[in-house]
Amino acid sequence: MHIFIGQPLEASAIPAYRAGATGPSQGRVLPRTRDSRSVAGPERDTTRKSAKTMKILGSLHGFHRIVASLTMAAMLAFGAQGAMAQDATETTAAQQTEEVAAADVAQASSEDVGPGADAYTPMKPTEGKGMPIAKAIDVQQQFSPIGHQANALHIGLVWIMVIISLFVLALFVWVILKYNKRSNPVPSKTSHNTLIEVIWTVVPALILLGIAVPSIGLLSAQYKSPPKDAITIKAIGYQWYWGYSYPDNGEFEVVSNMLSKEEADAVGEPHQLAVDNRMVVPAGVPIRLQTTAADVIHSFAVPSLWFKLDAVPGRLNEKMLFIDEPGVYYGQCSELCGARHGYMPIAIEALPMDQYNAWVLAQGGTIAGAEEEEAAAEPAAAPLQQPESAEPGAPGAGAAPVAPTA
Amino acid sequence: MATTADHFEAHHEDHAHHDADHKPGFFARWFMSTNHKDIGTLYLIFAIIAGIVGGAISGIMRMELAEPGIQYLQFWAQFMGGSADFDTALHMWNVFITAHGLIMVFFMVMPAMIGGFGNWFVPLMIGAPDMAFPRMNNISFWLTVAGFCSLMFSLFVPGGTGPGAGTGWTVYAPLSTTGSQGPAVDFAIFALHLAGAGSILGATNFITTIFNMRAPGMTLHKMPLFVWSVLVTAFLLLLALPVLAAAITMLITDRNFGTTFFDPAGGGDPILYQHLFWFFGHPEVYIMILPGFGMISQIVSTFSRKPVFGYLGMAYAMVAIGVVGFVVWAHHMYTVGLDVNTKMYFTAATMVIAVPTGVKIFSWIATMWGGSIEFKSPMVWAIGMIFLFTVGGVTGVYLANGGIDDVVHDTYFVVAHFHYVLSMGAVFSLFAGFYYWFPKMSGKMHSELLAHLHFWGFFIGVNVIFFPQHFLGLQGMPRRYPDYADAYAYWNEISSIGYEIMAGSMIFFFANLVYAFVAGKKAPANYWGEGATTLEWTLSSPPPYHQFSELPVIEDHHTSDDHISKAHPA
Repeated sequence: MHIFIGQPLEASAIPAYRAGATGPSQGRVLPRTRDSRSVAGPERDTTRKSAKTMKILGSLHGFHRIVASLTMAAMLAFGAQGAMAQDATETTAAQQTEEVAAADVAQASSEDVGPGADAYTPMKPTEGKGMPIAKAIDVQQQFSPIGHQANALHIGLVWIMVIISLFVLALFVWVILKYNKRSNPVPSKTSHNTLIEVIWTVVPALILLGIAVPSIGLLSAQYKSPPKDAITIKAIGYQWYWGYSYPDNGEFEVVSNMLSKEEADAVGEPHQLAVDNRMVVPAGVPIRLQTTAADVIHSFAVPSLWFKLDAVPGRLNEKMLFIDEPGVYYGQCSELCGARHGYMPIAIEALPMDQYNAWVLAQGGTIAGAEEEEAAAEPAAAPLQQPESAEPGAPGAGAAPVAPTA
Repeated sequence: MATTADHFEAHHEDHAHHDADHKPGFFARWFMSTNHKDIGTLYLIFAIIAGIVGGAISGIMRMELAEPGIQYLQFWAQFMGGSADFDTALHMWNVFITAHGLIMVFFMVMPAMIGGFGNWFVPLMIGAPDMAFPRMNNISFWLTVAGFCSLMFSLFVPGGTGPGAGTGWTVYAPLSTTGSQGPAVDFAIFALHLAGAGSILGATNFITTIFNMRAPGMTLHKMPLFVWSVLVTAFLLLLALPVLAAAITMLITDRNFGTTFFDPAGGGDPILYQHLFWFFGHPEVYIMILPGFGMISQIVSTFSRKPVFGYLGMAYAMVAIGVVGFVVWAHHMYTVGLDVNTKMYFTAATMVIAVPTGVKIFSWIATMWGGSIEFKSPMVWAIGMIFLFTVGGVTGVYLANGGIDDVVHDTYFVVAHFHYVLSMGAVFSLFAGFYYWFPKMSGKMHSELLAHLHFWGFFIGVNVIFFPQHFLGLQGMPRRYPDYADAYAYWNEISSIGYEIMAGSMIFFFANLVYAFVAGKKAPANYWGEGATTLEWTLSSPPPYHQFSELPVIEDHHTSDDHISKAHPA
């Protein structure tokens, strides 16, 4: 089953990327990743399976693959289009090899010339911190004051939800046991009881009032303005990557693309979340985070900071972000923005202030107050962080939205 | 609810066999129909077909999400006539989520609830011979079919990165304007225009029918709660759908005629679209659930052999839900950058809805309290609905908090929430209503065993699908994602297993249909016994082609809480 369904189709996962491709994606290069990842699919699958302990689940595990393959076999039987899918597999296989080779070359060259290698090495993320945890059932651990406050309310709300659901369930169990036809052959004719009706209107209203007070309090805390001297960072959503601009530090912009599965594994980061260039911010100080978008609506979301703000073209949204401690915090675009909506993650790296300043300088930026004249002299000369594009010079995958000065 | 009709039982015996059963020929009957029961049947058949398509699409989605990585999307992209490249495959994902949402909302739940059961049973329950505007009823149905065809057609024409409209069912600008080249989005929008026009016509028809064609003696406060629910729903449709029509018309002109309603480059605002869409969209969710509330009330009362507890409270709770439902729309937009006062208002207003909803839940339980409950198939579906809707309701209160929403907005938590209230609230009511009335509509009894098996499979299946999605959402997995980090793999796989259980249970449903038509026993007029007191049970099963040519008279001495017939005809 697996061979039939998995292999040929996953091989066809290789993008048959053609220069003449039409549509809005034209001219954009795939952030090189996904294709190679699906090739590695079966292998990863096996390891994951072996880690599984639940016997019953284990036996069910293959079932949907069987269902899937039967479905698709039926679909194949329907017409020639399916057969075309098989053919396409073989033709793209060759292309894939070439593309991978090209990507290797590109990567090697970008590493050679990459600036900032002297002062800054990306922080290793802490396992389970700022990222989702397997099999977890609750919110991620919080690393911001708003997160702590919201988490407390969240816990209270979860308990209220559980208690109300169990209460209703208990009523059902009671009614089912006590008032079934056998136990209670003659039904009562009661259809009114003003007291109980008033109670079940007023009590829920009081519960809601009890929720509303801390909830409104949380809202007003979330809308506290950042202090005047807070560092401003602007997150700009593009189809399909993020750009982070640092207007207080010399206006340089960092372009952030998702890493492929292999690259993410190589640097020990979770795939689908890891990026090439992170949004580096200072920890322990308030940040004025602004969001906007260049094409369609995106949403800047980081679950472990209790932060989500849409990036809307034509608008500049602003919110204060405060990160308790240094670390890497992952997030993902949270507003449907087209084909690669799921492929433009967010990674924030919070550093102590001095390291943040060092990073800014390494990017060619300026530290506010320190070197005003220098910064004013030639903002355009600030070198952009080197894109790690699969195809150097192509816009989209890691290329800067403005032409780099070189 | 408030009616009993034992005394006019004699009437239909008289007229049922005269001119009442004269039916037109096949084509005239089914394609030019003006008969509310035939149109109701057409709506139900249509909804089942659309439900199969929408359900199959969700199967494709759960198949893809069963494990990390992209496994099947390339296949489907090529199957739909797209190219093999990776972007097209990902675009197909967006097409599937869009089609699933639009089909289930506009072409499955709405046609089944309002078009199907509403058409069938509103005239029967108020003692009317037919709907007020029978020809308009027909065009309502065929507009809905045309809308479905337009949506299906959109899947096969270019929509930007690949075939089909990949905008999500919300069709947010600018993804739906400058972000999606090609005619697919235009066809999808046109599908909404057609279905919306059909619904508006249907809504006027129901309002007119209910206000003008009630049998003598049936005051508004004696109407069965299902009729109340359809009345409230019709008003919601009438007020909400024109706003949607305006919003999507502006999308069309932005797309094709150079206007910039939603384009900041020309002075427009993408957020304006969201306000307009959700001003329709939030009442829409009540449009989908209110008729279900009505059906559940009928069913719980019937099988508890007790009148509905707090009839007036139940009726006006629905009115309250309808009214408040119009002033809470921006809770779908908490993260767009609303100001703090707006967010506080919408938080408070949204939580208010929990009060009338709570009244309904507790009144249903109070109806069962002291009753003599028979666990026939409609009743188990109804009990399942009430409990699961409660779970969906409490997560709704959770989501109502604007500050909390920052972490769960647009995650799987939201997906779990609205599937608990719709896929379990609305769909469970649909199945409850279906088993409740199927023998009345077809004249054949279904198998109770198969119906119970269907229930248990479906109940377990949907819970296994959607409960783990709460966990995924809290951990931060965004919705509308075809692929995810390994940490989300565990609950996603369980969710996909749940889909297979659910899909497996549907075999019992279809087997039951076959069984009923092939070997089902002939259904008597009132097969549920003395608990079933509304007017449809006074008619034969199936009812005569034209019923109530002599109007039933609702006796005066029956009040809304005293309507159980003493000597009921079996």
